Amino acid sequence: MKLTGLQKQVLGLYRGFLRAARTKGSEERKKIESIVSSEFRRHAKSIERKNFIYIEYLLRRGTKQLEQLKNPDTLSLSTVPVRHHPS
Amino acid sequence: MSTGLVRRAISRVSSNPASKLLFARAHASEVQAQQVEPKAQDNSKLKTFSIYRWNPDNPSKPELKDYQIDLKDCGPMVLDALIKIKNEIDPTLTFRRSCREGICGSCAMNIDGCNGLACLTKIESGEASTVTPLPHMFVIKDLVVDMTNFYNQYKSIEPWLKRKTPPPVPGKEVPQSKKDRAKLDGMYECILCACCSTSCPSYWWNPESYLGPAALLHAHRWISDSRDEYTKERLDAINDEFKLYRCHTILNCARACPKGLNPGKQITTIKQLQLSS
Repeated sequence: MKLTGLQKQVLGLYRGFLRAARTKGSEERKKIESIVSSEFRRHAKSIERKNFIYIEYLLRRGTKQLEQLKNPDTLSLSTVPVRHHPS
Repeated sequence: MSTGLVRRAISRVSSNPASKLLFARAHASEVQAQQVEPKAQDNSKLKTFSIYRWNPDNPSKPELKDYQIDLKDCGPMVLDALIKIKNEIDPTLTFRRSCREGICGSCAMNIDGCNGLACLTKIESGEASTVTPLPHMFVIKDLVVDMTNFYNQYKSIEPWLKRKTPPPVPGKEVPQSKKDRAKLDGMYECILCACCSTSCPSYWWNPESYLGPAALLHAHRWISDSRDEYTKERLDAINDEFKLYRCHTILNCARACPKGLNPGKQITTIKQLQLSS
């Protein structure tokens, strides 16, 4: 299957997260990997493939978060469940 | 005591529609007063603000949303209008603001096609105004843009005092003559609001490689600082086809700057210093 530029970017970001997770402790690594993969899978399901504006926004946000995770001072990653109120 | 009795009587029968009718009649004079009010409202000055809206949590296309407010009941600046809209009409409207007096640079946005600080831009008297985020910046939400690249560029010019020798009196500050201090006028005032950089077509096309007017203005601020001893290194660091020489003296920066500075002139001075060094 030939991938589009955007798909390659998304996969690259995912790979970047997995690589960054390797630099953390084994316990944290598992946790980071599960959070990252569930986040990617959730968005892959919920976002329409042609919603480029939103996908690009998430890419930028993800790149920023990856930048933070790469910092050796960052030890782990955690999530807070947010309930969205439809406006 | 009698008023207390009446109140209690009303509350007891409030479920009865007849009592509501009675209540309304008792205030007939007030109703008349309210009818007079529209006359006073003719005095009001309505203005429509079309504001760029995009919410990442509700993925849809960005849109311009219209809000109508009464200028008679609002402060003179665009920021006052935005705060009024947020307070009274739509609390989901998102924008950055802080000092409301043009010193923090948070509320930079594009108002009627011109970049500026909302707190320093007067509301025009016309019928409608358009407020959008800074052009060619990635939007985070509504009027909030991603400034990461802009701040990284500022960081890249190393905006701090760098010395090769210790200060004249150890552990004390490095003194500066009044004449040397005066050289920094027209540069130190910059508040990094990004109005200039985002108005520059050259910066639009090369936001990653061209430093942009704001960062270059700060580069010159440190190059011309008499206390800094890395002048040559600083000049060499930005002596680059893209970093510096993407400036084609379009001078949109000078027009946009809400502090009345002229980044274009400072960039020209850097170019001259590059030639003479």
